[in-house]
Amino acid sequence: MKNQQDYRRDIAEIRFMMERSSKFLSLSGWAGIMAGIYALAGLFIAYNVFGFNPDVIDYNTISTGSESFTLTEIITTAVLVLISALATAIYFSWKKAKNIGEKIWNATSRQMLTQMAVPLVTGGILIIVLILKNLVGLIAPLTLIFYGLALFNAARFTILEVKFLWEWYRLD
Amino acid sequence: MKVSVKERFFNDLHKAFESRIRLGIMSALAVNDLLDFNSLKEYLRVTDGNLATHLKALEKEKFIGIQKSFIGRKPNTKYYMTEVGKKAFNDHLKILEKLIKSQK
Repeated sequence: MKNQQDYRRDIAEIRFMMERSSKFLSLSGWAGIMAGIYALAGLFIAYNVFGFNPDVIDYNTISTGSESFTLTEIITTAVLVLISALATAIYFSWKKAKNIGEKIWNATSRQMLTQMAVPLVTGGILIIVLILKNLVGLIAPLTLIFYGLALFNAARFTILEVKFLWEWYRLD
Repeated sequence: MKVSVKERFFNDLHKAFESRIRLGIMSALAVNDLLDFNSLKEYLRVTDGNLATHLKALEKEKFIGIQKSFIGRKPNTKYYMTEVGKKAFNDHLKILEKLIKSQK
């Protein structure tokens, strides 16, 4: 017959399995901080070096700011920021996953990335269209909107969202 | 008298939840609407045969249901928790809670 220790272990096991199957435990805080630093560096370069400061939604094929910046350089900077942020995120998450004995590429991370990909890919396509149409002024605010939607989708895979779990075990 | 109450709790503990693996399957399905075989295998870290046996046992109890579909031509079986399963799992948690509290 089981004793109290066993029941406590059962509860711990249940909690652990709920967490493992629904949370991306390997998410690294450092990756987020580094991504922010890269973004600020990219912003500094775009604003100070290339003088990128679109304050109008531009319909003309001849861009108003074309005398002070070239779009190719801005886009290259943005792509470099994206690649470094992704590489850092993957590296830190991989390291953390190894530490806690998880695999970084598991069913939960696959689900989380699928959820994030929907708004990100939608936004990405829209922004490529905007670039091709020279509507430069709309790009920055729209990236933020779609990024926010992606995070909203991913939120339920992070540890902060415990409301649902809370419903399942109202144990102290 | 206290003992008899406790004994009743023990009898209430469902046989289906005695196995760690079955408890694990139910826990994972409690927080996920649908999970396929491979995801469950990854979470529980058990062999195919072992997992299949436990899934069959839970299915027999009508605690979990099966949803069959195809990805291209490959069959893809997904599992979900039935209402019966949800109730049983919740009751099990409540009993565990009571058992732990009664022994404090």
